[in-house]
This record gives sequence, C-alpha cells and structure tokens, in this order.
Amino acid sequence: MWAAFLRRAIMQGIPLLFGSTGEIVTEKSGNLNLGIPGVMYVGGIGGVIGAFLYEQNATKLNPILAVLIPLLCSLLGSLLMGLIYCFLTVSLRANQNVTGLALTTFGVGVGNFFGGSLVKLTGSDVPSINLTATSGYFSATLPIADKLGWFGQIFLSHSFLAYLAIFMALGSSFFLFKTRAGLRLRAVGESPATADAAGINVEKNKYLATCIGSMIAGLGGLYYVMDYANGVWSNDGFGDRGWLAIALVIFAVWKPHFSILGSILFGGLYIVHNYIPGLDVSGQELFKMLPYVVTILFLVGTSIGKKREAQPPSSLGLPYFREER
Amino acid sequence: MAENQRSEVPAIRLKGITKAFAGKVVANDNIDLSVYHGQILSILGENGSGKTTLMNVISGIYFPDHGHIYVDGEEVVMRSPKDALRHNIGMIHQHFKLVDVFSATENIILGLEDKSRYDLKQCVKQVKEIANQYGFEIDPERKIYDMSVSEKQTVEIIKVLYRGADILILDEPTAVLTPQETEKLFGVLRKMRDEGKAIIIITHKLHEVLSLSDKVTVLCKGKNVGTVVTAQTNEEELTELMVGKKVILNIDRSEPKNVQPRLIVKNLNCKGVEGVDVLKDINFTINSGEILGIAGIAGSGQKELLESIAGLQKCEGEIIFMDPESGEEKDLRKKTPLQIRDLGVSLSFVPEDRLGMGLVGNMNIVDNIMLRSYNKGKGVFLNRTESSELAEKIIKDLEVVTPGKTTPIRRLSGGNVQKVLVGREIAESPTVLMTAYPVRGLDINSSYMIYNLLNNQKESGTAVVFVGEDLDVLIALCDRILVLSSGHVSGIVDARKTSKAEIGLLMTQNTNKDGASDGRA
Amino acid sequence: MAEHKIKEPLIHIVKRNRIPMWKTWLIRLSAILVALVVSGLVGFLLTRSNPIRIYAVMIDGSFGTERRIWGMLQNLAMLLCVSLAVTPAFKMRFWNIGAEGQVLMGGLASAACMILFGNSLPNGILILVMIIASIAAGAIWAFVPAIFRSFWNTNETLFTLMMNYIAIQIVSFFSYKWSVPKGSGNVGIINRDTHAGWLPVVGGKSYLLNILIVLGLTIIMHVYLWYSKHGYEISVVGESENTARYIGLSVRKVILRTMLISGAISGIAGWLLVAGTDHTISRNTAAGRGFTAIMVAWLAKFNPLTMILTSFLLAFFEKGAVEISTKFGLNESFSDIITGIIIFFIIGSEFFIQYSIKFREKEEK
Repeated sequence: MWAAFLRRAIMQGIPLLFGSTGEIVTEKSGNLNLGIPGVMYVGGIGGVIGAFLYEQNATKLNPILAVLIPLLCSLLGSLLMGLIYCFLTVSLRANQNVTGLALTTFGVGVGNFFGGSLVKLTGSDVPSINLTATSGYFSATLPIADKLGWFGQIFLSHSFLAYLAIFMALGSSFFLFKTRAGLRLRAVGESPATADAAGINVEKNKYLATCIGSMIAGLGGLYYVMDYANGVWSNDGFGDRGWLAIALVIFAVWKPHFSILGSILFGGLYIVHNYIPGLDVSGQELFKMLPYVVTILFLVGTSIGKKREAQPPSSLGLPYFREER
Repeated sequence: MAENQRSEVPAIRLKGITKAFAGKVVANDNIDLSVYHGQILSILGENGSGKTTLMNVISGIYFPDHGHIYVDGEEVVMRSPKDALRHNIGMIHQHFKLVDVFSATENIILGLEDKSRYDLKQCVKQVKEIANQYGFEIDPERKIYDMSVSEKQTVEIIKVLYRGADILILDEPTAVLTPQETEKLFGVLRKMRDEGKAIIIITHKLHEVLSLSDKVTVLCKGKNVGTVVTAQTNEEELTELMVGKKVILNIDRSEPKNVQPRLIVKNLNCKGVEGVDVLKDINFTINSGEILGIAGIAGSGQKELLESIAGLQKCEGEIIFMDPESGEEKDLRKKTPLQIRDLGVSLSFVPEDRLGMGLVGNMNIVDNIMLRSYNKGKGVFLNRTESSELAEKIIKDLEVVTPGKTTPIRRLSGGNVQKVLVGREIAESPTVLMTAYPVRGLDINSSYMIYNLLNNQKESGTAVVFVGEDLDVLIALCDRILVLSSGHVSGIVDARKTSKAEIGLLMTQNTNKDGASDGRA
Repeated sequence: MAEHKIKEPLIHIVKRNRIPMWKTWLIRLSAILVALVVSGLVGFLLTRSNPIRIYAVMIDGSFGTERRIWGMLQNLAMLLCVSLAVTPAFKMRFWNIGAEGQVLMGGLASAACMILFGNSLPNGILILVMIIASIAAGAIWAFVPAIFRSFWNTNETLFTLMMNYIAIQIVSFFSYKWSVPKGSGNVGIINRDTHAGWLPVVGGKSYLLNILIVLGLTIIMHVYLWYSKHGYEISVVGESENTARYIGLSVRKVILRTMLISGAISGIAGWLLVAGTDHTISRNTAAGRGFTAIMVAWLAKFNPLTMILTSFLLAFFEKGAVEISTKFGLNESFSDIITGIIIFFIIGSEFFIQYSIKFREKEEK
C-alpha cells in the first residue's frame, strides 16, 4: 500500500513540479506570474488540440509524431501565454498582479472553451475528445518496472514526462545557481537597477525567464491530461493545481530542487485522505486543504524568522524603469 | 608626478551635456568637462547641483537630452550601462548597486561576459588576488547583507577593478567612511592613478579634494562654473566657486524682539540606518522671535536633527520645549508627532523631501492642506470647507500658479509645491517653525516670498529654524547660524558679524585631528 | 567618424509629465474599442458568422429580454459588491487577492445560520444574525493576513491567495456535511419550503433588493473613501507611508482597520449570494468574482462610481459571450476568453497614459 500511495503521490506531484519549476524561473526574474494556472490550462489544451487534430487526420499513428505534435503544440500555447504576460508587464509596465489574474481567467477560459467546443469547431463526428491512443504513447513506461517490485512501482513506473519534470527541476536549479546566466537572472529579480548597472539586459532576461518558465509550467498541464487523466479532457478537471504550484514555490523557498520533494509531499497531502481509514467524504475535503495550510505556516515562519535566503526575490512584482528617480 | 603618463587625448570628454527630468528641473545644463588618464578629477558642488545626474549620464543610466560624450577621443553613444562598461567605464554609486543575498564574489563577477565555465572557486581566487594587490581585506564568500558599509564599498571597488575599468567614477565614496577608511581608500585611488587610470570622484569635502585630486570641476545649479588645477587653488577659492560670488540680497531683517528660549536641545545623539553616528552631542537653543540658521554640507545631520525634534527619528538626549503661556517645561523626546501635538505644542515642520514626506503628490491641493488638520473636530467625516478656504487663501496670498485648488499637487512646479507646503505649515500659527531647504529649486521671486513669510513669523514671536545651503541667504536672513560638520556642532555664530569664509571653514572643519592635518598635507 | 559607431536607439521611453483628462479617456476608450474589434474577430473566426451579427447577439444576451436585463444587473451588482470590498485594501496598496475566500466564508456563515437556526429563530432576527455572522466571518478571513503583514511584513499577496483555498475546502467540507441527499456533496436549496433567512422579494423582482443593497454600499463606500477621515487616512498610507508617519498616523492601525472593513464587505457579498441569490452554498458560490473584482477595481482606478461602469463592462461582455456560446453551440467559457482580452487591452493602454515614446531626433550637426 505504501508503494501505491507513493506512486500516486508522485503522479499528483508531477504537474505541480512542472508548474512550480516554471514559476520559480519566472519569479527569479522578478515577475510574479499569477497567470500560471491559466498557462497550465493552455499547456494542457494545446496538447489536446495537437493530439486531436493528428488523431483525426492521420490514418495510422506514428509513435514519435504522436508525442511530438502534442508536445510542440503545448509548448507553443504556453509560450504565447508567456509572451502576453511579458509584453504587458515588461514592455508596457502593467501591474503584474492584475495581468496575471487576467491571464489565468483567459487561460482557463481557453482551456475549457476548446475542451468543450473542439469537436464542434472541427466538425468531427466523434462524440467527445478521447485521446487514449495518444495517451498510450505518453504514458508508456519502462518494461522492467513491473519486475522490480515496490522499487519499480515507485520509481520506474512513470512516463517520460515525469522524469522530464525532475530533470527540468534539477536542470533549472543547476542553471540558476551554478551558471553565470543564472547568476545574472537572479540579480535581475533581486535588484534590476544593480543588474542594469552591471550591464545586464533586464528586459531580455525577464522575457526569457518568463517565457521559458511558462513553457515548463505548460508541460504540467500536458502531463496531467495525457498521462494522469489518460487523454480525457474534462473541463475544470485540472482544478486548482495551478495555485498549488504557486504555493509550492514558497514552500520550496525558490529552489527548484527543493520542489521535487515538495511536490511529492504536496501530492501526498493532496491524496492522503484516500488512505486514511474511516474518513468520510467531508473529512476528506478538510484534508485537501493541508498543502495550503502548510504553505501559510511556512510563509509566516520565514517572514518572522527573516532568514534572508528564504525570502522572495526582492523586486518580485515590481516594474522596472531605468530613469525612475 | 603623474604628468608624464598623461596622454594627449582625454579619457572622457563631455560636450554640452543637458539632461532634464519630466520637463521639470534641468539637472545638467550644457556641461563640458574632461579627464585624462593618470588624473584624478574631483567634481565639487552642493546638493542638487547635478553631479550625480552627470555621472549617471556617463555611465549610461540616464540618456542625455543633448550633448556628446567622447571616450579616448572617439564619440560614443551610451544606450545603457552595458555600453559604458564596454568602454571600460566603471561607476561606484553612492547607493551601492549590490545584490544583498549574493556573496562578494558573485556580485563582483556579475554581468561580466565570460564564455568560460562558471567556476566560483576560481573566481574567489581571482577576487582574492585583486584584493591582495591593492591591500584590501575582504572575505570573498561573505554575503553582502552581513557586511559593513566600508566592506560593501570595497566590494564595489573590486568589482570595477575586476572588470578592468580604465575610467572610474566614484559618487561620494567617503560619505559613509571613517577618516581611517577614507585615507586607505585614497591610497588605493592614488595607486590606480599612477597605473594610468582616469578617476572622477564626487565629493563636497574640501580637504579631500585638496589632498587627493589633480583637477577640480565645480558644478553649481546644473552648470559647470569653473575648472581649476588643485595645486593652484585653496579652500577659500573653492568655497567661493562652490557657493557662488557674493550676492547682494535685499532681505528686510528686523531686529529680534522678545527673545526667549523656546526649545532647548541637550546632548542629542542619533544613529543612522547603518549604525553610524549621524548626530553627536548636539547642544543648542532655539529662541522665539529669531531665525536660527543651520548651515552645513549636505548630509551633515541636518535632516536627522529636524526629524528628531519633530518626533520622527529615534534619538538619545533631551529636547525641552518651554511653553510660552504656562512657562511649563515639556519633554518632547521619544514622542510621536501626535503626542507632541497633544501636549499642546504647535510645531510646524517643512521637510526637505516635499513630495515624499510633507505632501502627497497624487492628492489635490485642498487635501494636502488638510493633512495637518483633517483629524480636528469630532465626527467621522472630513471637513473640507476650512481647508478649501485655506487653500484659496494660500493660492491667492502666495501667488501659487495652479489651474485650480483641486489640481493634484504633483502637477505643480517645484516652487508652487513649496509655497503650498510652507503656506500650510504657517497657517497652523506655530510656536516653533522648522524649515529644511525651503527655497531649494525656487526662482528669485518665490524665494523672496518665502523669506518674507519666515520674517513675518519671526516678528510675530515664532521660533524659526532655517536649514539652508546658500550662505549668502543664511547670513542675510538669519539672526544666529549654527554650523554642522559631520554630525557635530562646529560653531554657532552671529549672522550679523560673520562672513561666508568663516562659515565655509566651519562647514568643512574636520573634527578628527588626523584627518584635518592630512587634508592640508 | 568611425563606421562601427553605435547609433542612438530608435525610440526612448520617457515618463510623461502630465496629460489632459480628455486624452486619458480617449486612450481608454480606444482600448475598449480595439478590444471590441478583437473580440468580434475572435468570435468571427470561431463561428464564421457575420461580425455584426456577433455584436447583435452580444447585446441581445444582456438586453434581449427583461429577464436577461435583471440577470445582467444581478451579475453586475454582485461583481460590484466584491469590487467594493477589495477597493479600500487596494487603495492602501495592500494586495488583498483573498476576496474569493472572504466571500465564501461570509456565504458559509449565512448558510450555517439558515440551516442551524432556520426553524428556531423568527425570520427578522435570523436575517440579522446571518448578516452579523457573514460580516464577522469575512472580516476574520481578511484580518489574519493583515496581522501578519502589519507585524512581520509577511507577503500579503501570497497569504491571501492561500487563504482562498482553505476557505474553499472548508466550504467543501460543510457541503458534504449538510448535503441533501446525504453524500451527494450538494447542499441543495436551503429552507426551500419555509424560505427562512431568504432575502425578501421586493417589488416582485427577485434580485431588486440585492441590487439596491449593493447600490447603497457603493454610495457608502464612495462617501467613506472620499469624505471620511478613515478614507483619507487610507489614501495617505497608500500613497506614502512616510507622509503618514510625518502626520503621526499609525500605519499598522490603518492596515488592520481597513482589512477588517474589506473582509466585512466581502462577507456581505457572501451573504447576498447565499441569502439573496443562490439560497445554497457550494465551493463555486463566489465563482471567481474575488479575482475578477480585482480587475474591476483596478480598471476603475479604485473609484466606486467608476466601478459601476467597469463592472457593467465585464458583466455585459460575460452575458454577451455566454449568449454567443449558446447561439452557436459553443462552450460558455468563451466569456472568460473575452474578459481576458478586454482586460489585456485596458491595462495595456495605461502605459500610453503614464509614458510617452520619443523617437530619435534627426542627426544634429
């Protein structure tokens, strides 16, 4: 049972991990992108659209294309979302919170709209979107997983996107903390004026970080629909995982490698109610608030403790204009 | 001795640099200037004379409205700080540009285009090497937030050296340093000069200018008013250049009447944000019926002194108010502005930062007038009638140029903003009126209006404090002048008997004996 | 002159000094117009229908029948009510994005009173108890982040955001506890037969009382912000904490007090939604209004009277987009897309009010 629980916790955690890694990269540039939930919806629906069109038009599915097309569509969708956010907040210096919230409204709208209307829009004769074929390719696992008992079940029974998420988190951490470019990016988020004076292109860094961050986060949506939900898109099915990803950022103190364990913990907290014997449905709902409670306690703890390394990037949420006096 | 290394082409030459902000103040007006390799140029000037703006233009932070910049004889365009760095110009800002949560080394290597693998250990070693070369003591792996001010400055300097800058700009580097640290810094700067670097240093401490630089350029109100060779000048000449030629001012100064001690300050001490003493053992008395001037180089503690009295600054010592009616002594120390008012002390304060503290830029004139009085009277609602009438009166009496009384205050020009502020503070008919740089940025007519208002207050028995930077005005307007020099009272003189030279020397007097002798070496 | 010379950049962004009133409104109006054109275009691309018809359908969605007009007004009123709640906090530069949770807690308190006391208390007293309970619940939910912000400077954006989801789960918990039939997770219409605790119907229109209450609140909030000492203090703290200190104001006190008020109004919104509109409670009772309200308040520059206009704008587009989706058989989330587009354009247009673009001058010799 423990193995099954951990496996489910990891599966729950993977979308959060993508989301929080993307948001950490974004926030390290000083952009508080509250549009991440929307971005993840778009990432998910992007994949769905790509897969749907390919399944409808191809007579025989090519495994590589069946994965590549949804993947690229998903990345493109979340890239566009990132660009909208950057253009408004970086180039036009609009308020980040308002832009982010609008982006979430927009993104969730796009996801649910196409999820609900794709069949009609394309004039297909299928009753609903069901991408089990594509999903099959996405959720393919290592054949040896079954043979290795609990070890295989926990660590090896996942699809390639899950490993990509962990790789992305480790890669982002390496990039942020072990490379010059990462150092520059963090400087932009801490103090754009300092970065600017040091010859760093603040706007370029913000654009790149936010767009790449969006693309990473969007993969969380793709993983959810293609692997977790077995290729079945249901409106609002993704739920509040986007916000949970933002909570995870705080919990991981802006370090992607911390969010790997954090995501499993959050994933576990999210589903722990299923594993507590004698818990009725209403009690389960109470348990679902755990990740948020933990985040708040953590946020309060770090602000009272005032530990410098646990604070958000200093200029998070603030616009930058060089000639401001 | 650096003569022989000096090249014929200036390292930096500025021609006709002009920069204005949001159509308001002209911070730099057609400035020419040059500095050669192997030379230290001091830029001298009062607060607000445009020194920092000019340096920010050179380092690419501000884009000039007009003018040309030449580096090693070639015209360049500084689109951003990156361009300045490309021309090997390094600037050390007055407010350090450091990332707090980074280590010294991380800050030093920040922004450097280096294709090699990022090896922090290697970088730490390089930083240590540079530090040893110039005799800096520094822990390269220490975080900035754990550092003292002088350590932070060391990081800034190493940063510039690490980048291999040929041209260094330092904006008031000694403001936060002890005399010993200053001397050490100067040693490093001299060494760099001897290596052929061009150095521009902003300061307003005259003895530093004399001991360090080869050439001095003096700015006044955004204009270059003169460049002199250090060896051929002295403190008196520089003071005169900096504060301007004697101007004949026609301020009607009446004899003080009914002079009584109103506010007695005893042993006042105050620490700044960085834990440095900003006020040390301040003792003086403010009398009713006279204007007490406060002179001093910017940042000598004027702001902290007034804010301590107004209840806005933590301090040690005694501030005793002598009530003119009851004769009671009231201790104002450690009281908030509201508590001071509740004691029945009518204290008005025109702060230096008009739009950041005294007024709210986005509010209209009436609402700004109301800031002091909004809470008067019972009830939960505001009474705008009185403020509105007062606003009309101030606009009329002080000739405030504004489209109307409901215009947001930030739309007014500096002089008109100041008239509203002073008008409001005087309308309270205060017993003590403190003003910080009330005529800064004002034209002649507005300035005279303010002088007259202050004189009227004095004649009606108010104890007036006037912090100013223009010595001619201080001498012509005030009755007594208190001179501050790095947080100390270096003298209180009779304005009718003193001279600009005397005040100027008191202002620059270094209370630290070693520093003073060095300054004349 | 050297050939590799770096040219002056083509454009420069400069902060504007001042801009006449009519120009700011012209900029905003053109933003709305462009947004309209773009939404029409999106509608056209998705439906392949004549754009004029799309606009006609949109207008029809809000004004087509008397029922639709009432529905639109009710939507407008509820959105406006939540916007009123967040306004004092935002005017103080306190990022309260927790209105969603505060509304829910208010609604939950109302529903609890209806369920627990529906048969025991006289209706008048019940309604009074509900109002008090809702106000208290909303206020508490806002007060907690305010305490941490004012004492330890805890980031209020993230704190209030998290509080939303705790509220949602608490409501979910009670939805199951009270569900009819048991275990369905739906509370169903509370007091269907007795109508105990329901907001009375005025003038035969079921939503009229809601609308009147919100209208009253709007006027009160307008008066509070512009004519009361509290409102004045909020502006000062929001504009400059330094000035607040200078006049001897306790910033902490103002923050705590204002957040209590902000939460209390959210609580009232929750009460109106439960007692005056849905007569039930679910995790979707607030329906994202807590977030949309932030945009409404922001677009109106925190002026309660202008907020009538901005919430009308959003309510109109929402109803219009819903109508388009029904007419053309599309998903109703179309309205979220349109809402997003409109807000993008309006907040983007603010740039042209704050800054102006200076083009490179001709080479001067």
